[in-house]
Amino acid sequence: MCKWWSKLMGLVIMVSLLLPEMVLAAGPKAAPLVIVADTRKFTGWEAWWTNLYNESHLYFALLTIAIIPLVGLMFGLIADVVMNRIGIDLRHRDLAEH
Amino acid sequence: MDFFYVLMPIAGVNIFWPGLIILGVGVGIIGGFFGMGGAWMVTPGLNILGFPMAFAIGTDIAHMAGKSLISTMRHGKFGNVDYKLGLIMLVGTVVGFEVGAQMVMWLERIGQVEKYVRILYLVLLSIIAWTVFADISKKKRKDRETKAAGKEVDALSTGIEWHKTLHKIKIPPMITFKQAHLTCTAWLPIFISFATGWLAGILGIGGGLIRMPALIYFIGCPTHVAVGTDLFEVMISGLYGTATYTYKGRTELVAAMIMLCGAAVGAQMGTVATKYIKGYGIRIAFGLAVIGCAVSILLKMMAKWFPAHGGVFDGTATVLILGLVAAMSFYIGISMIMGARAEIAAKKAKIAAAK
Repeated sequence: MCKWWSKLMGLVIMVSLLLPEMVLAAGPKAAPLVIVADTRKFTGWEAWWTNLYNESHLYFALLTIAIIPLVGLMFGLIADVVMNRIGIDLRHRDLAEH
Repeated sequence: MDFFYVLMPIAGVNIFWPGLIILGVGVGIIGGFFGMGGAWMVTPGLNILGFPMAFAIGTDIAHMAGKSLISTMRHGKFGNVDYKLGLIMLVGTVVGFEVGAQMVMWLERIGQVEKYVRILYLVLLSIIAWTVFADISKKKRKDRETKAAGKEVDALSTGIEWHKTLHKIKIPPMITFKQAHLTCTAWLPIFISFATGWLAGILGIGGGLIRMPALIYFIGCPTHVAVGTDLFEVMISGLYGTATYTYKGRTELVAAMIMLCGAAVGAQMGTVATKYIKGYGIRIAFGLAVIGCAVSILLKMMAKWFPAHGGVFDGTATVLILGLVAAMSFYIGISMIMGARAEIAAKKAKIAAAK
């Protein structure tokens, strides 16, 4: 069963990586245009961010992919603390009908 | 008033940031409650706020990935996510999505794509809405008959039970999904996810709108587990979508972060609301959301059929979608607050009684 699971996991990862067309979104595909961000309007981290975008979409994408789940996780944990303090039980749900 | 506007570093447009937060809260509530990404609501909203369409889509997906992660975490704690089912379905969804996308290419070549896609979308939404309300009415009829027979109404009774027929298929391997409380052939979720992925690929949507009812009516998941498992899939595909759109340079992370601030609160509220609203309550609200979505698509089609009044129809469709988001968020938010208040009051009363 464990072997079957590892095979399944491998298949899931492989399919997800080998099918780059699978994009979750409404609307048409992005046009092959090159967009350049105007760095002159910014200073500090914003200037760094726009420069990164202009220099390498790959690094820009990698950083975005790291930041999004991290921020999501952080907000989730903060909310956990807040809701526990309010007194909401986050571990049980009474009714689970079909 | 400059304080309320922020210049987006990549898109280069000034955006009213409280609008982003409000949109994030609204779609977070709805997404966490119904188990969907909600691209059909956010993309027009971002477009109205001033984002070019390409950035609107990429930014929407980026915030959706973060928001779905928050909701999945919360649903996971309630025991609403069947990870095994989600992973198996992911395979079918990805393959089906690709086949659907190839079909769209073929339709594009014969120049009929937009017409067929909109009609298919409308037909599909009508079928989903009909199924949901037929299910609700069947459950009510069953409950009435049970009452008339002098028996006690089962709190877990259901209306439509197509999954029971599908569970009679015993092609190996048979799999048990603990969280979903069901055992069926592995081919059933694979086939269903392939079909829903195929439809999502053709329609160019994420698929939560189709997958959630499919999980309930064809696989046999309890409503809450369907919502949680669907969000798990949305989270994975959302991260993938973020990677591809960002690599193409079409994501505005600053906007996604601002939206995520609102969506984090909204997603929590929507997810916790599922604790206080019964499965059939979720189904009724979902059915109404689907009807609203179908009407907005119809209005968009009418804008094409009657170009002289196109602006009016398009505007009405956008107002309808945003109005729907506001009304649903309000209903879910109030339900969550009232439920939480009742729970806290009950806890306090219990402690007082113990003393």
